[in-house]
Amino acid sequence: MALGQILVGAALAFLWILIFPRRKRLYFLLTCSVIAVFWFQPGLPIRGLDFWLPFATLAITVATWALTAPAEVRLTRANGVTAAFVVALVLLLGATRYLPAEPLLTAGRPPPLTWLALALAAAGLLAFVAKRGRNPALAMSLTLAALVATLVVLKNPTLAMWADLGLRRLTGQPVTHASIADLQWLGFSYIAFRLMHTIRDRQAGRLPPVDLGEFVTYVVFFPSLVAGPIDRLERFIQDVRGPLPPAQDAVRNGGWRMAIGLFKKFVVADGLALIALNATSAQQVRGAVWAWVLLYAYALRIYFDFSGYTDIAIGLGQWLGVRLPENFDAPYLQPNLTQFWNRWHMTLTQWFRAYVFNPLTRRLRSGARPMPIAATILVTQVVTMLLIGMWHGVTWNFALWGAWHGLGLFAHNRWSDYMRRHDAAPGQSHALHGLRQALGVLLTFNYVALGWVFFALPSPAQSLGFMLKLVGAAG
Amino acid sequence: MNPPTRESRPPVVSMPQLAAKVLILFVAANLVFAAWTPSGLGRLSLYNRLFPGRERLPFGESPQASYNLSLEDLEAMFASHRISSEQSRPDEYRILVLGDSSVWGALLRPEQTLAAKLADLVPIVCGKRTRVYNLGYPTLSLTKDLLILDRAMRYQPDLVLWPTTLEAFVRENQLASPVVVGNPVYARDVLVRAGLSSPGVGLPTRPSFWAQTFIGRRRALADLIRLQLYGVMWAATGIDQAYPEIYPAAQTDFEADSSFHHESAPPLDETHLAFEVLDAAVRVAGHVPVLVVNEPILISPGTNSQLRYNFYYPRWAFDQFRGLLQQRALASDWEYLDLWNLVPANDFTNTAIHLTPRGESMLAQSLAQSILARGCR
Repeated sequence: MALGQILVGAALAFLWILIFPRRKRLYFLLTCSVIAVFWFQPGLPIRGLDFWLPFATLAITVATWALTAPAEVRLTRANGVTAAFVVALVLLLGATRYLPAEPLLTAGRPPPLTWLALALAAAGLLAFVAKRGRNPALAMSLTLAALVATLVVLKNPTLAMWADLGLRRLTGQPVTHASIADLQWLGFSYIAFRLMHTIRDRQAGRLPPVDLGEFVTYVVFFPSLVAGPIDRLERFIQDVRGPLPPAQDAVRNGGWRMAIGLFKKFVVADGLALIALNATSAQQVRGAVWAWVLLYAYALRIYFDFSGYTDIAIGLGQWLGVRLPENFDAPYLQPNLTQFWNRWHMTLTQWFRAYVFNPLTRRLRSGARPMPIAATILVTQVVTMLLIGMWHGVTWNFALWGAWHGLGLFAHNRWSDYMRRHDAAPGQSHALHGLRQALGVLLTFNYVALGWVFFALPSPAQSLGFMLKLVGAAG
Repeated sequence: MNPPTRESRPPVVSMPQLAAKVLILFVAANLVFAAWTPSGLGRLSLYNRLFPGRERLPFGESPQASYNLSLEDLEAMFASHRISSEQSRPDEYRILVLGDSSVWGALLRPEQTLAAKLADLVPIVCGKRTRVYNLGYPTLSLTKDLLILDRAMRYQPDLVLWPTTLEAFVRENQLASPVVVGNPVYARDVLVRAGLSSPGVGLPTRPSFWAQTFIGRRRALADLIRLQLYGVMWAATGIDQAYPEIYPAAQTDFEADSSFHHESAPPLDETHLAFEVLDAAVRVAGHVPVLVVNEPILISPGTNSQLRYNFYYPRWAFDQFRGLLQQRALASDWEYLDLWNLVPANDFTNTAIHLTPRGESMLAQSLAQSILARGCR
């Protein structure tokens, strides 16, 4: 989200609070969010793609709702009205193609309305098939698989390039200009995880019944569209259905939070970005001390950037009566890696804990021959962190980053276990405890910072070369 | 992995109170900032303290690649240069090298510039250890060089070396350099002190109130902070310029055009050239000798080279300029060297005045001989 988009979003929310805070809130949120899906999408060189990707976001969302909502909820008149409203919004956005001015709410000129009508018909058919299919369990599994496959394609450079080449051939555009940046699907990583959460909870019988408007708003809620946090549906609809907090409190608390976020993102993080480690500076840097400076700058930059965006999203959410979950809580001040991961990108780790770590642990520890505890911890931690790494990108470096943290978490778990059993000084002095905490914070921060080498650099070879620089073993 | 319980921190005042306080504080801070007029703010620098000083004045059109940026605050520019940290000592001979982008060292690494080569070639002058400072700055304007010279005189030079070229003399270029545009009050002050009034017409005598407020100076303040941040990268990499692997070579084929600015034929109108700025610079330098150099230019071998030496100059204009400069130097008793044709065409890079490392070496050798030959005058 650019600063201008954030300010426009904040201004709209403020106006809404001032003018009609208690009426048609869901429609206001839905309208803003649907428009934001198109407006936030960056321009792409493949013809029409910067319209079709947001369109696909909405189509998949509606189809997933149709797949997961119980029949008695699906067939209400209110949902029909909401569906018509969303279609009308998309058609209105498409109709801006015929305005003489440059498009304001879409990255490029929208496609002709006939194409859009055909696409809407196809999306409607998809939703119809989703809700009328004879085997909804299979349909849900297939949808999950399709979401994962799409994420893998988008996040793997080779597959993304193939997809880009295919799209370029389809649109008759030169393949020589193909680039993995051509497939930037705004917010899809978060959208896919929200959708997967709803499907898995539906499969487990835990998903509460929600209206179409609530579901779409939850999935594409505009403050958290670009950088999370990943809320849970049952929590989100409590806020949407519940009473609004006093406007003055919301404005004050949300405004304060947004101001902090804007400062963190656009002053601190953008300033640190000038000196943060990247592929070019990793090769240019001379000397171990400066290599560490660049690495620390990267570590701080990624924190302030991401947590700044989260603050903005949470503040904006407060203005709109939605208390988005926290995502960061002083992660770099934690005395061990486990606590770091309890406070870094918390909604993502909670998602993985719910849908990967816990089920995998149960699977490994159940049955006739359960896996030993230590081995179970090793497998579950490493697998979970590998998947978290590859959520950022399906490359060797993100896998290495995940493995680095998985092994670190395992090592900390074993160390904690050992200390619990062998700590000879349980009644240690306050000063000694403080010293151990401080050393723990220092060690944890540096372990995490070293992990960022894999995150910041594009290849294992370059990461290794930079690691050598950090220890003074390379020029 | 427990969920957090972080709560927002509610301020203790109501919204209107808070808004009013913020507004009042903001206005007050601006007024205080404007009244305080912290002209020396640029002197606050991490260079020469946390980071080594830069080898040349900050300039950069692609900051993220060059770890360098162009800014207007002369104080900040000098504060980031290593010259500002090195105190003059009696056993030291200080040479300042003024000039344009060819002196600054476009496409050259710091150790390949004219100043660096001279430092290697002339380690001792008059029995003193030599220190050579690169004070070149891209853009062609004698007035820009005069401002830099005036500011640099506090570093007690023993010799000023000033390679320059005809384009820097053109009157309409004098006030166009960003260094002049960004420091109009200082520029006017220097021009008046140097006994020049006409070039300073249009320059303000004092900055506007608005320009002194925090809001009015936001760009300068942001640049100052960015300059400090890029100091990390300068220290970490030693890079202060983007070096493209491929760049367009200097133009050598031309249309059949022999015009020079508004003139199309001889004689070259002397009133269009700001020779008086050279006079003024010599006055500003006082007892410090100034060695003026007609710097090497590309002598093109291409199409219509019988009409033009290069992109900048038709032959007639440049030849007449050389004559005029020679006469002026004799009449004013300037120390002067004409090295216009010293460097062969294949030792120019992307413009008619930017030299390759070998071209810089040739120029440095010639200047080193002159410096050594002039002895301790």
